[in-house]
Amino acid sequence: MTDFLDPLPWLIVLPLAWGTLAFVLGPGRGGRLAVAAIALQGALALQLAGQLIDSGARVYAVGGWGASLGIDLMADGLAVVMLLLTQAVALPLAVYARGYFAASPKGRELFWPLTGFLLAALNALFLSADLFNIYVTLELLGLAAVGLVAIAGGTQPVTAAMRYLLATLLGSGAWLLGVALIYGTYGSVSLAVLTPLIHSGAPLAVPLAAALMLAGLLLKTALFPFHFWLPPAHGGAPAPVSALLSALVIKATFYLALRLWLELFLPLTTVAAAQLLGALGAAAILWGSVLALMQSRLKMLVAYSTVAQVGYLFLLFPLATQVPPAAAESALAGGVMQAVAHGLAKAAMFAAAGSMIVATGRDDIGHLGGVGVRLPLTLFSFGLAGVTLMGLPPSGGFSAKWLLLGSALETGQWWWVVVMIVGGLLTAAYVFKVLRRAFLPRAAGDRVARVPRTLEFSAFALALASILLGLFGAPLLELLAVGRAA
Amino acid sequence: MKAWRTALTALLCAGLALALGAAMLALPGFAVRLPGQVAANLDDSGVAHPVTAVLLNFRGYDTLLEVAVLLLALLGVFALSLHGSGHARPSAPAHPVLQTLARLLAPLMVLVAGYLLWIGAHAPGGAFQAGAVLAAAGVLLRLAGLLPAWAQPGRLLRGGLALGLLVFLAVAAAALAQGSLLQYPLAYAGPLILLVEAGLTLSIGLTLAGLYLASAGWRQ
Amino acid sequence: MSAALLYALTGAALFAIGLAGLLLQPHLLRKILAFNILGSGVFLILVGLGQRDGTIDPVPQAMVLTGIVVAIAATALALALARQLLDLTGQMRLPEDRSDAEPVDD
Repeated sequence: MTDFLDPLPWLIVLPLAWGTLAFVLGPGRGGRLAVAAIALQGALALQLAGQLIDSGARVYAVGGWGASLGIDLMADGLAVVMLLLTQAVALPLAVYARGYFAASPKGRELFWPLTGFLLAALNALFLSADLFNIYVTLELLGLAAVGLVAIAGGTQPVTAAMRYLLATLLGSGAWLLGVALIYGTYGSVSLAVLTPLIHSGAPLAVPLAAALMLAGLLLKTALFPFHFWLPPAHGGAPAPVSALLSALVIKATFYLALRLWLELFLPLTTVAAAQLLGALGAAAILWGSVLALMQSRLKMLVAYSTVAQVGYLFLLFPLATQVPPAAAESALAGGVMQAVAHGLAKAAMFAAAGSMIVATGRDDIGHLGGVGVRLPLTLFSFGLAGVTLMGLPPSGGFSAKWLLLGSALETGQWWWVVVMIVGGLLTAAYVFKVLRRAFLPRAAGDRVARVPRTLEFSAFALALASILLGLFGAPLLELLAVGRAA
Repeated sequence: MKAWRTALTALLCAGLALALGAAMLALPGFAVRLPGQVAANLDDSGVAHPVTAVLLNFRGYDTLLEVAVLLLALLGVFALSLHGSGHARPSAPAHPVLQTLARLLAPLMVLVAGYLLWIGAHAPGGAFQAGAVLAAAGVLLRLAGLLPAWAQPGRLLRGGLALGLLVFLAVAAAALAQGSLLQYPLAYAGPLILLVEAGLTLSIGLTLAGLYLASAGWRQ
Repeated sequence: MSAALLYALTGAALFAIGLAGLLLQPHLLRKILAFNILGSGVFLILVGLGQRDGTIDPVPQAMVLTGIVVAIAATALALALARQLLDLTGQMRLPEDRSDAEPVDD
C-alpha cells in the first residue's frame, strides 16, 4: 500500500482531480475544496522533500515502462524546491482568492477549475524528465494561464490574453521543433537517456535545437526584450490571478531554461551565450524598474516590477558558466533563492495591491491616500514584500543577492554587481512611490473601505514568508543540493 | 521602416529554414531506436495497434494531460461567453433538405463513432477519431438548426464533459496500488483501455462540439 | 535522400513560412492560420526525421496525434478570443504596440 500513498504521483493527480470536480460543481464553486486540496498538496510536497533529504533524488517510471519507451518523472532538489514554492504560494493565495471574489465577484465563475489545472501543470512540469511530456505540460500551463487572464472579460484583458496566447504558442512551437530535432537525431526524448549522449561535437541539429528551445523559453519567461506581453496580462487580470502568474508561471519556464543549461545542453554552453543572457537580464532589471517607476496604475507598477525581477534570475547564467564549481554552486543557490523569494514577495505584493484596489475602488496610485490608516496590515505586507525585492537584510531577497554578489566577485565579473546595486535602488524608488502615497491622508472625494480580514492576513503570510526565508533559508539550500554532483 | 522590418523578418525565417535543412541532411545514425521496443512490448500493452499502445499505455501519461488541455480550452471559451456581449441567438431556420439530411446522418455518425472506438485496439481509430465524429454530428445538427447554441452548461452536461478525464484519472490512480501511476495490470490492460477510451470518446465529442456550440450564440 | 527526409525538409519550410506569417500578418485569423502552418511543419519534422532510416516509428506518430489535439485546443481558444475581440472592438487585429511607457487604460 505504500506505493498507493506515494506523494510524487499524487502531486499531479490531485490538482487535476479537484480542478475537474470544481468545474462539475458549477460556476464559482469549489473554493473550499481547493483550499483543502492545496493544503494536502503542501503536505505531500513536504513529505517528498523529506524522502529526498533521507535517500536522495528519485526517478519514477509512469506506467512501469521506464525510459525511453515510457515517460520518467524525476524529483531532485531543484524540482522539489520549486514544488514547495508552488504549494507555499498557492495555499495563501487560495485563501485570499475566496475573500477577494466574495468582495469583487467579476471572474469568479471559472477561477477554481482553471487554477486546479494551472497547479497540476506546474507540478507536472517540475517533475517531468521527458522533453515531449514537458511540451504537453507547457501547453497545459499556457492555456490555463491565458484562460485565467481572460476570466474577468473586458477589452483590455481579452486583448492581453490574445497577445499572451500568441506569444506562449510561439514559445511552445519553438520548443516542440527543438524536441523534434532532438528525437530525429538520437531517437529518444528522455532526459536521462539524452544527457550522456550530448557532447560538444554534437551534429548541427543539436545546437540548433538548443537555441530554439531556449528562445521559446525566454519568450515565455518574458525576459527583456520578450517582455511585451507580460505587463498587460499580469496587470489586467484579477489580483489572485496576477499573483499566481507573476509568482509561479514565469518561474516554470525559467526552471526549464536552467535545467537545460546546467544539465542537458551543458557541453554546448559558451561564455559568450551566458554573457548575452546576463546582459538581457541586466537590461530587464534597468528597463523594467524604470518603467515600473513611471506607472500610474498600481497593478501595472507591480507587473513591471516582475519584468525587472526576472532579470535577476538570468544573472545566474554568466555566474555559473565555466567558472570554479564553488562559485557556480553559489550562483545557482542565489538564482534559485531569488526565484523563491520573488515568488513569495510578488504574490504578497499583488495580493496587497488587490486589497488596496478593492478598498479604494480604483487602480490608481494617485488615490491611495488613507490606505495607511485604514489597511495598515496590508500596507505593511506591501512594504515587507518590497524589502525582499530590494534585497535588504534579513529577507530572502537579501540572501539571494548576497549569494549572487559573492559569486560575481569571486569570478571577477564586477559589472553584474553594479547592475544589482542600481537595480536595488530603482526598486526602492518604485516601492516608496507607493508607500509615500499610501501614508498621505485621504483626499477629499476618495473612499477607503475595509476589506475582509482573510485578504489582509493571507497577503501578510506571504510577505512574512519571504522575509523568514532569509533567516531560515539553509534547509532549502540543503534540499537544493540533493541530486547535484558537487 | 516597415518594409525593412518585413524584409529582415522574411530573411531570418528563410535563414532558419536553410539551417534546419542543412542540419537534417547531416544527421548521424540513431543512438536509440524505439520501434523495436514498442513491438517487443506490444503483447503486454493490452492492444494490438502500436500507435494506440503508445498513446494509451507506453506514453498514456501524455494523453492524460492532453485530455486536460482539451477541457481547459473549453473552460477558456466558457469564461469568454460569460462576459461576452453574446446572447444566445436563435439559429436561422435551415433548408428542409438539410434538416432531413442531418436527421438521417446523425445516428449514422454515432454508429461510426462507436465503430472507430472499437476498432482502435487493432487498427487506426480510437477515442479521438470517434470523438471527432461525434462532435461533427453535433456541429451538423447545429448548422441544420436542430440543436441550440450552449449558453452555460448545466450540471449533466458538465458531468459529461468531465467524465472522460475523471475516468482516466481514476484508472491511473487505481493503478498506483499495483506499482505506479497508469500501470495497468497485465490481465486487465485491454478492458481498462477500452473503458478509458469509451469515457474519452463521449467527453471529447462533447468538448469538441462545445468549442463550436459555446461560441455559436455570440453576437456577430 | 529518403522519402521521409523529404517530408522533414518540407516541414522546415512550412515552419519558416508559419513563423514569418505569425510575426508579420496583423490580421488575427491569419496569425492563427500561420500558427497552424508552423505546427504542421513541426509535426512533419517529428514524423519525417523519426523514420529517416526507413523503419516505421509509432512513437512520433503518437506524439503528433497528441500534438494535433493540443493544437486544436489552442486554435479553438485563439478563435474564441479573436471573436470576442471583434465583438468588443470591431477589429480583427491587436492594437498597435504602444510604447512601453504609456499606461494601458481600461
